Amino acid sequence: MTTDATKTSESVPAKKTRDIYLPPERKVISGGGAAHIVAKDFSIYYGEFQAVKKINADILSKYVTAIIGPSGCGKSTFLRAINRMNDLIPSCHTTGALLFDGDDIYGKLTDEVLLRKKVGMVFQKPNPFPKSIFDNIAYGPRLHGVNDKKKLMEIVERSLRKAAIWDEVSDRLDKNALGLSGGQQQRLCVARTLAVEPEVLLLDEPTSALDPKATAKIEDLIQELRGSYTIMIVTHNMQQASRVSDSTMFFYEGVLVEHAPTAQLFTNPKDPMTEDYITGRFS
Amino acid sequence: MNIGTRKILDRSFTAVGIGSIIVMAIALMIVVVPIVSNGIGAVFFTGTIEHRKLLRDEFKRGNSENLDSEVASSERYRAKVYDMLTGFEAELETMAPEKKTQYKGKYSQVRTALQALLGPLPGDQMPMLTRFKYGQTRWEKAEEKLHDLLYESKWDNSNTEVMSREYFVSRAKSFEGTSLAPLFPYLSHNVEKMLLPEFTVYWGFITDSSVDSHFFGGIWPEIQGTFFLAMGAMLFAFPLGVVAAVYFTEYAKPGFLNSMLRSANSTLAGVPSIVFGMFGLAFFINTLKVSPSKSVIAGALTLAIMILPTIIRAAEEAILAVPKTYREASLSLGSTKWNTIATVILPAALPGILTGGVISLGRAAGETAPIIFTAAVSVGSAIGLADVLSSPTPALSWNIYNLASEHEAAAQIRHVQYGMVLALVSIVLLLNLSAIVLRARISKKLKG
Ligand SMILES: Nc1ncnc2c1ncn2[C@@H]1O[C@H](COP(=O)(O)OP(=O)(O)OP(=O)(O)O)[C@@H](O)[C@H]1O
Ligand SMILES: [Mg+2]
Repeated sequence: MTTDATKTSESVPAKKTRDIYLPPERKVISGGGAAHIVAKDFSIYYGEFQAVKKINADILSKYVTAIIGPSGCGKSTFLRAINRMNDLIPSCHTTGALLFDGDDIYGKLTDEVLLRKKVGMVFQKPNPFPKSIFDNIAYGPRLHGVNDKKKLMEIVERSLRKAAIWDEVSDRLDKNALGLSGGQQQRLCVARTLAVEPEVLLLDEPTSALDPKATAKIEDLIQELRGSYTIMIVTHNMQQASRVSDSTMFFYEGVLVEHAPTAQLFTNPKDPMTEDYITGRFS
Repeated sequence: MNIGTRKILDRSFTAVGIGSIIVMAIALMIVVVPIVSNGIGAVFFTGTIEHRKLLRDEFKRGNSENLDSEVASSERYRAKVYDMLTGFEAELETMAPEKKTQYKGKYSQVRTALQALLGPLPGDQMPMLTRFKYGQTRWEKAEEKLHDLLYESKWDNSNTEVMSREYFVSRAKSFEGTSLAPLFPYLSHNVEKMLLPEFTVYWGFITDSSVDSHFFGGIWPEIQGTFFLAMGAMLFAFPLGVVAAVYFTEYAKPGFLNSMLRSANSTLAGVPSIVFGMFGLAFFINTLKVSPSKSVIAGALTLAIMILPTIIRAAEEAILAVPKTYREASLSLGSTKWNTIATVILPAALPGILTGGVISLGRAAGETAPIIFTAAVSVGSAIGLADVLSSPTPALSWNIYNLASEHEAAAQIRHVQYGMVLALVSIVLLLNLSAIVLRARISKKLKG
């Protein structure tokens, strides 16, 4: 990122804050609603194949944005573009602009390592490192220069508490993380991401490998984190999208068909294709 | 396919599987049993007083007072032999010339056989070679020599149709009527009192230097040389191999050059080891002049080049087997590529990398051809760590070959050859075993 991209999230909401239609049970977030991530005619290609087609969208800061759509429509591709995980695929390239805090994510001056520190990601399958629980959480902070044992312990506890898993693992921080259950592992992965204090949290089908109970815990967790982080979640579960998100993007074959406040998109979709999809006429 | 055929097929596959395992086990037994049973004979055997004398004289070991009294008791029995010899020598002088010549030849055979059994006889000049300074140190060899002494070996080639046949003539008969005749029954009755055989455990076989080209003593110089060569090879090849594997898997851009390098690496893995030996001589010694002639360092470098492809391949496979998700997790936390490799990929690949390393170490320890021209000498003392840059060294693999085929008295030191084989097999086995244990322990740690 360019130099001003390193500024802290506190300085972001200087930009115009947008209104968002929220149902009564969802609180408006003060200081939230700035256009944190902006896509302008943004396309993603795998070689010749255009997986994401010229999309335009604003992702609002501190709110939860859900991405839905049938399999293969480019949800993951778009999400992974935001922290440049697509760089791992040599054939992948982009056109148009994708801005984070006003700076082009694919700009020449962008440092993708710094970007990823600010844009954390949790993957579909829990992927803790084969290390102790403590070392998993401390991995990021250590990477970024925290080596003081006491400070690390603080960060580990804070992150695990935020991810609502502290009570379950506090007595076995030195045990291997692969010994945890799938749901615990996924919350551990969230904690690991939170430990580097990102501004944005990208969740790619975080509950698809989990049972309903563990899923509920992750959903609760997202509610907890709402307001502190800009959250984007890809999901195949429409109920989940309507439960956890403030706004929803519907993708179809690489096109962003509709992007609207969740309550509105699910009750009163503008596009007939969206309606077909959410009513289950195709999937 | 109907269920009957399926069951029959199932059973026959099981049978074939079990059968091949049994065949393997038998083959293994055929190889291992003689190696072990003969090899341990180098350490555990029935040793004679000559062995104990040797230990005292050459290695300053053993209980000297005990030995003195043993020697005294042995000499009491030997004295009678010596007396008989002097008696017969006097008798020879009185014989008719023709008879004298006939007996003189036979008598000199007896003397030689006696020297082999008991060591130098009174009046003999002290021999130069250590092997002639002592009688038989091992009881089973003493028994052979006693047989040589009691019976003269002759060849029957009267029948030209068939191969000549060996037969034995009792020397007691040949000397019948002379004063030497009683020597033979006396020897066969009292040989144990002269040689005092007793069960011996000679750990020095592992820790001693050899005496008189492996006639006596141990194989420490070879063990140490093997250790230096194998470790030296690892020292060069392991870091280089891991770095190369990281380059191939993480950094190399797919393309012509990369695939060329990879296939070169695969080809190198299949090159016969003697070629590496020639290469080592030509390149490290003649061209680079790492040492004026054969040396441990030249041998280690040659072995390193030989095992490098294996290490690279094993490390590559181990790195590629690390789940992609670890890499993604690390990168998504803001880790650099290099940091991801160092803190996540390599630790996760470690079991595989180490296994490849230890297997290569075993191979480096066992190979003969690469060190023939670059590092190995037949006989030598253990070298110090400071000498690795300039001195060649004996090594197990080379000396097994050398003792079995080029040694001037190969047949007399079979126990040393077997001992070396067992030592080498044990070292390689131990290395592989430690690889398995290490791998299991690290994998367990990784799996939680
Ligand atoms: N590495 C790749 N190389 C080439 N094409 C790819 C690659 N990854 C994905 N694609 C293609 O891009 C399109 C979008 O894929 P993507 O993974 O983003 O879909 P998705 O919406 O996440 O689907 P799902 O719900 O199944 O996860 C698909 O047509 C897919 O085949
Ligand atoms: Mg996906």
